[in-house]
Amino acid sequence: MSALALDRRYSLVSTSLETVAAWLLAILWISPLLYAVWAAFHASEYAINFELFAPLTLSNFQEALEQAPFLRYGWNTFVLVTMLLVSQLLVCTLAAYAFARFNFAGSNIAFALVLVQLMIAPEILIVENYSTLAKLGFIDTITGIGLPYMASAFGIFLLRQAFKSTPKELEEAARLEGCGLWGVLWRVYVPLARPTYLAYGLVSISHHWNNFLWPLVVTNSVETRPLTVGLGVFGAPESGVDWSIISAATLLSVAPLLIAFLLFQRQFIQSFMRSGIK
Amino acid sequence: MRHVYGWLLLTPAAILLIAFTHFPTLATIYESTFSKGNIVRPSRFIGGGNYEAMMADPIFWKVLVNNFWFAVGTIPASIALAIAMALLVNKALPGRPFLRLAYFTPTILPMIAVANIWLFFYSPDIGLIDQVLSVFGFSGHNWLGDPSTVLPAIIVMTVWKEAGFFMIFYLAALQNLSPELEEAARLEGASRWYFFWRVVFPLLMPTTLFVLINAVLNSFKLVDHLFVLTKGGPDNASNLLLYYIYENAFSYFDTNYAATLTVVLLVILALMSLVQFFLLDKRIHYR
Repeated sequence: MSALALDRRYSLVSTSLETVAAWLLAILWISPLLYAVWAAFHASEYAINFELFAPLTLSNFQEALEQAPFLRYGWNTFVLVTMLLVSQLLVCTLAAYAFARFNFAGSNIAFALVLVQLMIAPEILIVENYSTLAKLGFIDTITGIGLPYMASAFGIFLLRQAFKSTPKELEEAARLEGCGLWGVLWRVYVPLARPTYLAYGLVSISHHWNNFLWPLVVTNSVETRPLTVGLGVFGAPESGVDWSIISAATLLSVAPLLIAFLLFQRQFIQSFMRSGIK
Repeated sequence: MRHVYGWLLLTPAAILLIAFTHFPTLATIYESTFSKGNIVRPSRFIGGGNYEAMMADPIFWKVLVNNFWFAVGTIPASIALAIAMALLVNKALPGRPFLRLAYFTPTILPMIAVANIWLFFYSPDIGLIDQVLSVFGFSGHNWLGDPSTVLPAIIVMTVWKEAGFFMIFYLAALQNLSPELEEAARLEGASRWYFFWRVVFPLLMPTTLFVLINAVLNSFKLVDHLFVLTKGGPDNASNLLLYYIYENAFSYFDTNYAATLTVVLLVILALMSLVQFFLLDKRIHYR
């Protein structure tokens, strides 16, 4: 047998071994989630005694919705995430524009001070931020959950980077066409930074959809609680709810984000990749 | 003019950042030098008193040690798995989209949902793990109720949640490696094992450092699962620093001691950032 054929056979064996390993790992990795999905659609006695062809049911979802206002929680989360994203994009765009194109006095120090937030996330400072919010009267409001995150160092950083990589000639051309300060921002910088906006938006949405500690501290009523906090209250062991219903509730809480992820997988993964700061 | 415009554009962000990052950081340090007040005795300046109390607080040390083991337990395992996953997904194996999806999906879920799912797996006797073990003749075990198994149980769950997230950074790095490297190694007759350890792994080093630092930061910042799984118990065997801060502030209402503990957390985060600053370029992970 020639060396080449041997080599090919060797690589065929190793590829099939790798395929088997990759699939075993993938099945192991996805199975906790699949098991939760399975349990959510089956009566609770099957959660404990697994039986593949047990009858399907939607009653767990019905029970979960009756025992806790998950639709309201979902709405709260939606309001929170939307409000945050809009204000983050606004605040961060302005700040990033300032850093990228206005070489103003003290801009380096100001930028360093902005980056401090990358290190000290608002949830680290729960004690002081809680008392600040209490003084401002924002406890137990959706705005209160969002406020500390509205100026995002991460967003400012990403957008500044994107604006800086925009060719200056384009700005000059726009100025010749009669664009002012806002015109240049709106017609040149923002459109060209669209991939960055998409990446930041997806990261922000998934981060705040999933955020728990700070919303838990700030909220104490059904009208403001986001899904994660509602789920945390619901699933706490002392509440004694049975597991199939908890699975159904968990699924309800993650479904919108999970479905969005399944539909736009590529964009999500690329956004997360882009957003990694080296 | 550009000075005025620059500062005006920055103003909204500056106000918010000062109000929710810089001011509270300083206020935390300030508050940590005051005693806990009550109706009879108002809070007063005690200098390093809270720090002395902290040094003498066995739970504080326990929590720090837990955080250390939590980091040691989750990070190397997550990184090793993340590299393996990235290497597998980077190849044209059959079913590649499914593989990537399976590895990455846990990352999208909120930690609180993950904890809800795993709570059942760990429940004694009826839980999935005990049921599988009982097939092999093992008897049930209270994984989360036993101080010796609670932290490992939480570590396993965290690895499951995080490995896929780190995978995508390795995947990005692998896609940047030039294919000629592999061809050259093959022509030289290097084994794949040798090629990985001598060529690929060193080239992935910047990514590994980036992931490492983020993983350490995460191990201090992410405590959501404790609320559902253990509440830090049993007997603080799974308590972590940020959760202990939360307990002090919102269960024991000792905000001054909570501030003292927060200062420790801030120092740890600052040290990590310094490491990041000096070891890594502040470049972005653009492709």
